Amino acid sequence: MLRYRDAFTLPASPSPRLRGEGTRRRPTIGRAALLFTLVVGATTTAALAQQPHMVKATALEVLARWAPLLLWGFGFNILISVMAMGIGTAAGVPVGIGQLSRVLPVRIPARVVTQFFRNSPWLVLLFLCVLLLPFEIRAFGLRIPFPDWAKATLGFALPVMANTSEITRGAIQSVPSGQWDSALALGLTRRQSLYLVILPQCVKRMLPPWMNLYSLITMSTVNASVVGVSEMITLTSQVHAAEGSRPELLAPLYAFALVCFFIYCYPIGKWTQALERRYQLS
Amino acid sequence: MQPIYDWFRDFYERTGINLTFIYDDFDRARMIRGFFLTLDLAVITIILSVLIGIAGAWLQGSRFVWIRRVIAGFISFFRNTPPLVQIYFFYFGLGYLLPRVPDGSGGMIPMVSNLQWAIISLSLFAGAFNIEIFRSGIEAIPRSTVEAATSFGLTRWQIYRLVILPMAVRVCLPALGNNLVNLVKTTNLAYAIAVPELLYVSKQIWSDATNVREMMLFVLFAYLCLVFALVALLNAVERRLAIPGFGQQGGH
Repeated sequence: MLRYRDAFTLPASPSPRLRGEGTRRRPTIGRAALLFTLVVGATTTAALAQQPHMVKATALEVLARWAPLLLWGFGFNILISVMAMGIGTAAGVPVGIGQLSRVLPVRIPARVVTQFFRNSPWLVLLFLCVLLLPFEIRAFGLRIPFPDWAKATLGFALPVMANTSEITRGAIQSVPSGQWDSALALGLTRRQSLYLVILPQCVKRMLPPWMNLYSLITMSTVNASVVGVSEMITLTSQVHAAEGSRPELLAPLYAFALVCFFIYCYPIGKWTQALERRYQLS
Repeated sequence: MQPIYDWFRDFYERTGINLTFIYDDFDRARMIRGFFLTLDLAVITIILSVLIGIAGAWLQGSRFVWIRRVIAGFISFFRNTPPLVQIYFFYFGLGYLLPRVPDGSGGMIPMVSNLQWAIISLSLFAGAFNIEIFRSGIEAIPRSTVEAATSFGLTRWQIYRLVILPMAVRVCLPALGNNLVNLVKTTNLAYAIAVPELLYVSKQIWSDATNVREMMLFVLFAYLCLVFALVALLNAVERRLAIPGFGQQGGH
């Protein structure tokens, strides 16, 4: 989308900045791919070297056999991360605005909630949600089941909320105060200036740190394996058990998980950096 | 201390709030050990990760393109993969490939223990972020300052140690502080490979005494104390390092 806008506004020859980005991106991806081929290759061959008489399946055969299941698990990780991000953002933006409220009973709780969940370890929050929330909710005679993965999603949404709240607050505060003044001079109320003038300018500033946060939350969804949600790492250890718990399979199996997350998170990181550069200049 | 223990035992009988780690000798001993292990883990990984950051940022300014590429690969690997899987990969995967060594009493033990693997992988994980942070600090230093140092006849390493690093540290201290706070919060991933730190010990206690709620809140409280202590320390360092007219003054 951003690229199209550039195509319309820029002259025919691309700016040096865009050209620089384009030429720099290829080798970095190539390098990353090379690095990962090396990691996987080295660990699988090292694992093979440990077992010279191969009557059992090799690491590559095991990976090929179980890749669909493991990738399904990875998809579940992504699903959890997207839902946690959605819930956390929907809750975090109002809390972030609340942190700047002039009403004391709004501002103080918003700040306390933000600081509390921002400074708590994510794994402990996950334990808190999974162990202390009920396994079903009874309301109006209905029994709504509340499975582990849903509780885990809430456990991830709490730190997302706190961090989004801080990102929102930071973005609002980084808008030059002249914007507030001119909005007020136009006769807008404080609420109108916030929604019509300030917040639209914040979206741009919030996007890079918010994407960073998404990448972090995606990587921490594997923590759910510690509490037994059947995501990729849980499935990885089950696959390992199904293949006879051979210790030489552990390195390639975990390397596969590392590769999956790398392939997903690396482009997000690069995109974030590109956005940061772009917004810094404009 | 006995009256206090008795009070908490009585407190449990009156209210049902079971704080075994205060009144029970066994639970108290392991909770104290767990807390100090978390503290050790935090201090050691903070020091190692900062050293990795300083060394990595220095190597990133290297003339040799391959050194820079290796560092860039190291950073992207550790930044874009889950720290928990890194720990598993190191401990289970690489730990198996390393030889076993005699433990001195006839048995064989792994060359690197689970605690050591936790320290290694957490330091590398946080170190990768620290390299980027130090680099952003170094990039903020005006070229002319480095040129002035060069004209004094300082060597490259002297310039780094005496001119660039002292200024860069002051520039990137807020970001560094953020990352170190994150590192302290991440140390509990060592739980996953059975390092008996705070969270692991708490889990043992709540499995024995079925007081999940109390232990959960206590763990949260303990980590918040650790984090706020670190934040206070970092603020003190920032104040102490502050040079008038340099860096953000009264930004908050």
